[in-house]
Amino acid sequence: MPGRPARVRGPAQDVAGLGVGRALGFVAPALLLIGAFLVFPAVWTIYIGITNYRLTGVEAVSPSIVGLANYTKALNDALFHNALWLTCLFVLGSAIVGQNILGFALAWTMRRARPAVRRTVEGLVLLAWILPSTVVAYLWIAFFDRDTGTLNSILGQQGTAWLIEYPMVCLILFNTWRGTAFSMMLYSSALQAVPPSQLESARMVGASGWQTLRDVVFPHIRGHVLTNTLLISLWTANDFSPFLLTKGGPNHESETVPVYIYNVALQGGELGYSSAISFLLLLANLLVALLYLRLLRRRS
Amino acid sequence: MTPAYVVRRIGFYVLICAITLFFAVPMLWIASAPFDASPGLGVQWPDWTLDNVRKTFDHPYALHSMVNSLLICVTTAVAVTAFAALASYALSRVRIPGRDALLYGLLLLSSVVTGTAAMVPIFVMMFQLGLIDSRFGVALVMTGGLLPAAIFILKDFVDAVPKSYEESARVFGASTGQILRDVVLPVARPGLATILVWAFVNSWGNFLVPFLLIRSIDKQPGAVLLQTFTDEGGSANLSVIPVFSLLFSIPVVVLYLLVNSRYGFRFHGGIKS
Repeated sequence: MPGRPARVRGPAQDVAGLGVGRALGFVAPALLLIGAFLVFPAVWTIYIGITNYRLTGVEAVSPSIVGLANYTKALNDALFHNALWLTCLFVLGSAIVGQNILGFALAWTMRRARPAVRRTVEGLVLLAWILPSTVVAYLWIAFFDRDTGTLNSILGQQGTAWLIEYPMVCLILFNTWRGTAFSMMLYSSALQAVPPSQLESARMVGASGWQTLRDVVFPHIRGHVLTNTLLISLWTANDFSPFLLTKGGPNHESETVPVYIYNVALQGGELGYSSAISFLLLLANLLVALLYLRLLRRRS
Repeated sequence: MTPAYVVRRIGFYVLICAITLFFAVPMLWIASAPFDASPGLGVQWPDWTLDNVRKTFDHPYALHSMVNSLLICVTTAVAVTAFAALASYALSRVRIPGRDALLYGLLLLSSVVTGTAAMVPIFVMMFQLGLIDSRFGVALVMTGGLLPAAIFILKDFVDAVPKSYEESARVFGASTGQILRDVVLPVARPGLATILVWAFVNSWGNFLVPFLLIRSIDKQPGAVLLQTFTDEGGSANLSVIPVFSLLFSIPVVVLYLLVNSRYGFRFHGGIKS
């Protein structure tokens, strides 16, 4: 999703003389693909979610409709509740707190840093963001390793298997590291809207750094903080990369909703039940996205 | 220079150093481990050797998976760019009935239907279409997923292109096809290049889609093969993984630097799965 308001401009002028017929032809291939691989799957989830569709070995057993049984199952499924709670923890720790605060701190401190320092630090953070997720996951597996891991050698100790003992803490660190760049860039551009004269007068009256941030800077970027938080929370809640580090283990201790959906569907073969959970995730995404668009529109 | 000010400045620099270390330290591994004769998982001053590189090149699937990644991602990037270009031009210039609702719907779709939320129906759909274990199927699914955001980014771009070029070409009697080919296409080139790179980088790093749809090891792209190595572990793979990680990261880093130097890094959130 482009990180800025959707602008639907005024009257379109068909200067090249395309005509509505041909224009529809131009839009058709894209719409067909989007329809087949985004809209249809989303709608079909609703149907699979009310059946008992199972995958057993190589043969799919033909499904029959079981109504809302999958949803009542989700209500009483302790593992699903566990996944919901872990997802909230993951979003709160790595997006709302981690990426948001680190991203803002970087944007704020780099404003007046020397260009060389700024380029280096921003480059590092962006590099963490563009590296393929499988590579980043392995980087952190190496970092947390029990015997030869970097973390244990920094702490001068041996034998803590961090990914097994504190899986959620590791995942939150990993995802904060990976996603901070987006918030940093967004806040960098948002901070340009703060008038220097106001910062100057805050300094004149001897306001502390915190007071300046709270009373001068924050009112200007409140909208950005809100929309950014919504967007990165949505991405984090849907992020499959925890699977790459822990597969949801040990013993379901890091099984967030996306990982749970995968494990139920492709390890357990319960396609019907996992579709019901997928549909709940779709609904949650829809709520957040609608809220996001509404806030964006109010801001512009 | 009050003492309080000095303390504040020192605190400020300590903070910057701490944040920088947090981002730098995990990356050291990718610089040192590929060339270390006794590759553990940690960061150490390596016992320099190119042995791991040779082992990686000799590995039956390592370079092969890079070719798979290239096939899938080039197909995806070209398809996304071509279809998004056509659609965004039409949506920008022609008042198609229901255009605004369509744009709003696309914007919603691009963030609501994530790879994770659609993974089960897509798996079932491809299973029933017989497209499991097909690299072409993977490219199709990725193209569908990236198109809405691509159309948006490009439409913004086309909106900003002045209409006077097309108008004057039309005054001189150019046909619609000529205008698109000789006027619009050259002007839109930077936008198209950006989308091409954006789609390539996004599909290069995509793990979930090929992981779901591809079963045989000789068709796996790099992202999935690296995970296969990790699952298997073993000392043979420990010497291949670091080099492979480095090789697999080079294309996205190079493309990013290229775009950054030519157009400046303009930030577009994408569907990062």
